[in-house]
Amino acid sequence: MSDKRLTFKKRLHILKHHYRDKKMAPAFNAIHTFLFSPDDTTHSGAHVRGADDLKRTMNMVIMALIPVLLFSMFNAGYQYYAAIDVANNVSREFSLWESFLTWDNFWIGIIKVLPLVVVSYGVGLLVEFIFAIIKGHEVEEGYLVTGMLVPLIVPIDTPLWMLAVAVVFGVVIGKEVFGGTGMNILNPALTIRAFLFFAYPTWMSGDKVWVYQAVERTGTPDAISGETVLGALAQNHLAELNYSISDMFFGFIPGSVGETSTFLILLGGLFLIYTKIASWRIMVSAVIGSLVMGYIFNMVVDLGVISEASNFYGLMSFEYWKHLLVGGLAFGIVYMATDPVTGSQTNKGKWIYGFFIGFMSVMIRVFNPAYPEGVFLAILLMNVFAPTIDHYVVKANINKRLKRFKNATILPKDSDSRAEELKAETI
Amino acid sequence: MALLSKKDANLIKDPLADNNPITIQVLGICSALAITAELKASVVMAVSVLFVLGMGNVAISLLRNIIPSKIRIIVQLIVVATLVIIVDQVLKAFAYELSKTLSVFVGLIITNCIIMGRFEAFALGNGPWRSFLDGIGNALGYGIILVIVGFFRELLGSGTLFGFPVLGNPIDKTGLYAFGYENNGFMIIPPAALIVVGIIIWVQRSRNKALIEDN
Repeated sequence: MSDKRLTFKKRLHILKHHYRDKKMAPAFNAIHTFLFSPDDTTHSGAHVRGADDLKRTMNMVIMALIPVLLFSMFNAGYQYYAAIDVANNVSREFSLWESFLTWDNFWIGIIKVLPLVVVSYGVGLLVEFIFAIIKGHEVEEGYLVTGMLVPLIVPIDTPLWMLAVAVVFGVVIGKEVFGGTGMNILNPALTIRAFLFFAYPTWMSGDKVWVYQAVERTGTPDAISGETVLGALAQNHLAELNYSISDMFFGFIPGSVGETSTFLILLGGLFLIYTKIASWRIMVSAVIGSLVMGYIFNMVVDLGVISEASNFYGLMSFEYWKHLLVGGLAFGIVYMATDPVTGSQTNKGKWIYGFFIGFMSVMIRVFNPAYPEGVFLAILLMNVFAPTIDHYVVKANINKRLKRFKNATILPKDSDSRAEELKAETI
Repeated sequence: MALLSKKDANLIKDPLADNNPITIQVLGICSALAITAELKASVVMAVSVLFVLGMGNVAISLLRNIIPSKIRIIVQLIVVATLVIIVDQVLKAFAYELSKTLSVFVGLIITNCIIMGRFEAFALGNGPWRSFLDGIGNALGYGIILVIVGFFRELLGSGTLFGFPVLGNPIDKTGLYAFGYENNGFMIIPPAALIVVGIIIWVQRSRNKALIEDN
């Protein structure tokens, strides 16, 4: 039988067996399992194989992210041309087919957003492969989702080398030092975002980085602005806010690459809830948390505690429910907070965990003087607290049952059969 | 003829690597995180600790037979405090700018666990010469980590070494900066030192598996 007739799958198969005990084995295995179903059979006993393995779970999340990615590619171009029109005092009418879903817009997306995706996946998977080969374990699927999340949560003009450095840092320090996929305390995508924020603040905040070329054009006659809604609010530029609520909801506003469209994120979230990939408890409680905090700030403004001259007036007076429409709050709640590895595991814990994410996101957003956004910081903070929350939830449950058990055995002394019954129930 | 007997030489060699005060005993972390943003400050801190620990160990060792054990901590504190004040005053007199950078951390050498730890664990039970070697060894072990951390933090965070620009000028965009390189602001803040120390510990333990504690 000649080699030419072998299918690609067969060849990979042979390669895999050839390298079985070699150091490079994980690399071939990873490519093989990624493209095809593994042909390995179990060696002992009978097994039931679930179809929803890690690979499928990850693919579901990526499917939920694809619309957001496509939208962001169009939005990259739309914001660019819109900013130029504003700078030239050209008024423009918005129309979905004529000014948004155009090839010109999509082209900007291809030259700006796609490289971010490629660098994120390329560097991240390289680090994963190197670690798998050194440590001699299989390459895990963990980076598939992280690699898609990262380009969506950075500003569009992020230099690619910075992204590469941050990805190496995030994957190594955020994940591999803890033992790889499933062992990490912090969400790797947010670790990457936080690293970028603290390492290169000029590229991560301000009013320029959110629109293509706004940084390069600074100081030239062609200068354009890329101020985000939150940025304008933080500086009390209330008059400059000319985005309608539907603009904010559908995402025709500047911001990090994929965070703007609350509508598509909502659809993605519903898809994830329907497929039972993400926890609806975390999403709902995070939304409640952010509404509560936003409402408290609105009350503070209504009571007249702070004046219009205050630094916080712009953000505090922002209607509480609008916080969900701007910035990364919706994206963070749906795709980041619900990460099953770093979030709370218990149902009660999920409510507490989610609530504080929403609550603190809005709080940090309002009070952070350097940067009017706090979703990534809030989620990272609650990632750290998630095991503690779970610990106390489990402990409370044990105490509750113990109490019930004691009462059950002491009280109905007259009839021993009833006591046995209660005992059986509680254990 | 060797200058030191093998046993004495180990007093200096051990703390440099396999029994390092920072990476193995995890002592003196506070100052290692706080003052290593610049290489210069790291070196001065290392030299200060070298002086305090070397002299202190000798002083305690000489006094070891007359210190009542009930008040030995107070006596140790007095010795450290005296030496630290000398260091502080010398720095203020001859390197005022640097002493401002180091701020309270020179004074806080008193609370550096390595110093009291060596007094208690070694100088109280050994002669002056061996105590001196032990003090020098531990201070060097502490200093070497400080210098490594300071080197990476200053190079990546400010693009300088000892204040000299080695990667080019970030304002005029020369050297590496011409290619779009930028300083990493994360390296300036203390959490970065924690991560650098963590990486040193990681590298050290993966080279010498005997150091890995099994729990």
